[in-house]
Amino acid sequence: MSFHATLRQGASSVFLRIEEALDAPFGGQDNPLRHLGAIGLYLLWIVVGTGLYLYTVLDTGIDAVYSSIGYLSQEQWYLGGVLRSLHRYASDGFMLVMLLHLVREWAYGRYHGFRLYSWMTGIPLIWLAYAAGIGGYWIVWDQLAQLSATATTELLDWLPIFSEPAARNFLAPDSINDRFFTMLIFVHIGVPLLLILGLWAHVHRIAHVDYLPSRRVMLGTLAALVLLALLRPALSNPPANLAVIPGALDFDWFILFIHPLTDISSPAIVWSLLFGVTALLFALPVLPHPAPAPVAVVDAANCTGCDRCLADCPYAAIAMRPHPRRPGLKLAVVDADLCAGCGICAGSCPSSTPFRRREILVTGIDMPQQPVNALREQLEMALARLTGRTRIVVFSCARGADAKTLAATDTAVIDLLCTGQLPPAFVEYALRAGADGVLVTACRAGGCDFRLGEQWTQQRLLGEREPHLRRTVPPSRLQVVLASAHDDDRLADALADFRSRLDSQPATSDRLPPYRRSAPPQA
Amino acid sequence: MLKPTAIVGQVILYGAFAAFIGVFATWPKYQQIPNDVALIKLSISHLGDRECRKRTPEELAKMPPNMRAPMDCPRERSDIRLEVDLDGQPVFRTVMHPTGLYKDGVSTVYKRFEVKAGTHQLAVRMDDNLVKPGFDYVKDEQITLAPAQVMVIDFNPDRGGLFFK
Repeated sequence: MSFHATLRQGASSVFLRIEEALDAPFGGQDNPLRHLGAIGLYLLWIVVGTGLYLYTVLDTGIDAVYSSIGYLSQEQWYLGGVLRSLHRYASDGFMLVMLLHLVREWAYGRYHGFRLYSWMTGIPLIWLAYAAGIGGYWIVWDQLAQLSATATTELLDWLPIFSEPAARNFLAPDSINDRFFTMLIFVHIGVPLLLILGLWAHVHRIAHVDYLPSRRVMLGTLAALVLLALLRPALSNPPANLAVIPGALDFDWFILFIHPLTDISSPAIVWSLLFGVTALLFALPVLPHPAPAPVAVVDAANCTGCDRCLADCPYAAIAMRPHPRRPGLKLAVVDADLCAGCGICAGSCPSSTPFRRREILVTGIDMPQQPVNALREQLEMALARLTGRTRIVVFSCARGADAKTLAATDTAVIDLLCTGQLPPAFVEYALRAGADGVLVTACRAGGCDFRLGEQWTQQRLLGEREPHLRRTVPPSRLQVVLASAHDDDRLADALADFRSRLDSQPATSDRLPPYRRSAPPQA
Repeated sequence: MLKPTAIVGQVILYGAFAAFIGVFATWPKYQQIPNDVALIKLSISHLGDRECRKRTPEELAKMPPNMRAPMDCPRERSDIRLEVDLDGQPVFRTVMHPTGLYKDGVSTVYKRFEVKAGTHQLAVRMDDNLVKPGFDYVKDEQITLAPAQVMVIDFNPDRGGLFFK
């Protein structure tokens, strides 16, 4: 295994452990680590909203810019001061969350194949975010702004892009005028607008995007930032004076770390580092990585054009086109570049029901590596082999807890690409073909490697999403367990509990009528 | 409904998130240069001289009447040689090249020197025409720098050439 693969695996294991630990207080849907992108967007909206207010009260004169911002913190601390602090702290939070989001996606290997587009479009956003953040500090025009403006232009001057050194604009107090701040405001509004545009591109190939985290997470984050703003309001350093080098300053290390880095090294090293890391991020997808999974295949004869695969695909890989042979009907079409090979579409297809009497079960959209027909055959063979008092079928996720070790004479384990691949009718089919209980295990809430598999599975089994599990299926004979890769013991315990519960209820209490796809052989 | 332990856990973790941001948004303080140090910024942007030649009467006579400029000046500018000495010691030597594809733009330099506050002898010499020997502009004077003071070495032909401010 390469050094990169080992490093990535170690990082993903650390992330998964922390995520699982955070599940205890937050639960899956509110777990911040599982919704970093949405939290980042939320923080950006806080920055934008508070920035609009700051813009309305800002005076762009050289002296007035400092005093008008200072007024907010001193005289109007209860509104303008809080909003200013929120603007700063939400920006810092955005940087932090963005970095975590980047590292997490890398750790989970989400930078190649169907995720290539999101990865590539995400990298320029880092530059835009820092450009917006650094520019924002200049607007205050205090000594920190002076330090940042001078240091940034000196850094830029190392690149051969200006005919005259940009740092000459900050030589002496009379070097700048009011127009500088007017231009700065335009830049500070324009760059975030570009960032928002870039974010749209970043997520537009994903379906069911979490544009915002859950309400609870939003309230918690906002409350934390407001409390911080009240306890430690963001204040200006002394006003800028280009005739004097600033002394010790309160320093924002989230955004301005690049200046000390330049001071202790050199512009050449910093630019090499910045361009090197950027090039490395762009180059990651070409490093060796697992071959892409086979993509979903549509069978035109069995596709009814019902749109369910379109609605359920987490990566917008499916489009509906006019059916070539059935006028007025639609046909699902798979974009191979976007398909994750998760099988969620096969689980959503109403033609995937195992109750169809055809010898070969062909569904509307299917996975070549694990077709629905093979799934039915596997289930039938497993059911035929099951013995014992309480026979249980486990449908498990290949990315979640390892269920294969649970296989026994009374327990059949059928591993799926993702639990979302399971057509709900298979649960009823298993129960009517001899199983006493069915246990479905999916990744923890919000932790599905294919984003929505666990969510769709639960909704289908609860009858909240099509195709749904029929209400005639007794809930007592179905158990859903959310268990991620480190939850093998938890899954084993859940299976044992389920078995003892089934053992304790009368065998015929709520048993469904048996079903045989083909007539039993004549004696 | 959240369990009380989950609520406590969330409060602690959101608090840790806010504390982490609050701390590193202002701390540790950063100081670019020590207290007893001043800064000299050398920043010059100047067009080098051109090697003009006076046209002979014969050359002028061959030219159309409306184009008989007495001087023939090439587009290219000369490199500029610059030297800075502090307290008699050379601290900077450079030859600035004109910008532009045709070498007809300004020559620029920007450099920072951190020096101990106090009195120093500063000498700057500039030659903007390397064909002619010697320095065209020289400024040599004693300066007194306060701690954290920024002193700029600049050039402006309208202000007599090199100047300190």
